Amino acid sequence: MIQRPEGAVRIAGGQGFYGDAPGPIADLLTEEPDFVVLEALAELTLAILNKDRARDETLGYTRDLPLYLLQLLPTVLEGKVKVITNAGGINPRAAAQMVAKAAQRFGLSGFTVATVVGDDVLGRPELLPEDFPSAEALAFANAYLGARPVVDALEQGADLVITGRVADAALFLAPLVHEHGWAWDDWDKLASGMLVGHLLECSGQSTGGNNAGRWWEVPEPWRFGFPLADVQPDGTATIFKPEVAGGRVDYDTVRQQLFYEVHDPSAYLTPDVVVDMTTLTLDDRGDDRVVVTGVTGKPATDTYKLVGAVAEGYAAELSLAFAWPDAEAKARAAADIARKRIEVAGLALDDWQVELFGVNALHGPAVDLDEVAGQSEVVLRMAWRCAERDVCEQVARHIVPLGLSAPPPGFAPAGRGRPKSSSLLRIATALVDKRRVDEGVRVSVEKI
Amino acid sequence: MAKVKLAEIAFARSGDKGDRSDLGVFAPAGPHIDEVYAVLEREVTAERVKAHFGDFVRGEVTRYPAPNVHGLKFVMEEALAGGGPRSLRADNLGKALGGAVLRLEIEVPDELLAKLGPRPAPLRDPYATAAWRVD
Repeated sequence: MIQRPEGAVRIAGGQGFYGDAPGPIADLLTEEPDFVVLEALAELTLAILNKDRARDETLGYTRDLPLYLLQLLPTVLEGKVKVITNAGGINPRAAAQMVAKAAQRFGLSGFTVATVVGDDVLGRPELLPEDFPSAEALAFANAYLGARPVVDALEQGADLVITGRVADAALFLAPLVHEHGWAWDDWDKLASGMLVGHLLECSGQSTGGNNAGRWWEVPEPWRFGFPLADVQPDGTATIFKPEVAGGRVDYDTVRQQLFYEVHDPSAYLTPDVVVDMTTLTLDDRGDDRVVVTGVTGKPATDTYKLVGAVAEGYAAELSLAFAWPDAEAKARAAADIARKRIEVAGLALDDWQVELFGVNALHGPAVDLDEVAGQSEVVLRMAWRCAERDVCEQVARHIVPLGLSAPPPGFAPAGRGRPKSSSLLRIATALVDKRRVDEGVRVSVEKI
Repeated sequence: MAKVKLAEIAFARSGDKGDRSDLGVFAPAGPHIDEVYAVLEREVTAERVKAHFGDFVRGEVTRYPAPNVHGLKFVMEEALAGGGPRSLRADNLGKALGGAVLRLEIEVPDELLAKLGPRPAPLRDPYATAAWRVD
């Protein structure tokens, strides 16, 4: 176990998205963290959860939460760790009820569960800005809340805090404010805590996962250690991974996460503070520990970020694989013939996308085509968008007959089965008045 | 000066928010990190990144230098064909765009390239001799 600095609070990032691996929790627990944070919500996860809730009102939370709690609850019951998660999604109270029921079934008791609600503004259409899609059109609309309601929950003795759309990094700031007693206008400390949250919120991405540097040198890549941080009362933070696990924490891996999905690094907007990353220092200690100092903060804004989504038609796709000789030419020819056949069939497409894997599907215009000519194999991917679901599914029928009745020879279907359509969403973002959203925020605590 | 691909001296990770793609471009840790960062600041401008991506990136490209971490941050608007959930691209979140920027051709002093040596790269089968590999 890594020794912790005097007075430090130890927090762990136990989940980076809905569908992440619950396995690394066991390794995290060997480092005896005070708090484990499970971050379950990407930008669009709420759309998936909203569909669940529409079908069954006891759903609407990320359904892998029980897998994490199974591993964490024994240590929670010993009073050694507290768990904070936004896995409540669109329905935190349903998640808490699920936990209560499961605890009853297994005969577990003696812990306190808190829920935070009020981020969902679909039921409060008066909060939607004028140029925002209407409540009827929206699949979801949630404000990104900050750390305050989570701190409230911890102050009421919660061992497990289940929220909806609380900003990822704020879930990590909350236990630091609670334990270190930081003031809500101590901007540099709040910024330090928020930055730690940002470094821990994407699980393995700060411990060598998705590493664009020397990824092949990361030890034991099959057993990734998730990140931990020892945060001292002055905000100094040591980022590390469990000693028993693989992965890597160094200047390169931590910097990649530092900049990930951040815009202006000198003004990273969060609900509780505006974080300045351009003043900080990362000190690589050379033993899978990086120490962060010098983070500064500016006063928080008066608004929360609001994210919603509206339906935008349907999409389907089909891929065909072509081989040498002239693989690229065959793939391009097949795409043109397919497009013409769809046109002649009178099927209306709103959008048509052709990509050549093995040529430039992923890098697009950044690829010099002469440099990659003469490939052994090319996979043609065709994707299309239509207003109507059945039109979308009919399109493939006009492509498949190319196998016998069009010139380019010898292609194999890449993937099995007929293409199915999926519904698309367009994201809408806006700013909403914090004070008005906060009027609807509620923290409830239940002893189990 | 030699013309080389950005990949010779830097690495990059991309992320997404709605229809925006963001890139972190870094000088790798090592004895020449300050010199490499200076080359990045000079060569990898917002204008060149915008031109490099052609019609993949329809909106503005903004650059934020952060010398304290030897990195450049780029924010590219209208870069994901409508945003993750709407985009028809296979890479709807632009996860590969960090790699794409490394194809950019830049000018690097010959002495610096000589000091850095060849670009570190994995073997064709990187874990062929790893103890944990299942055969």
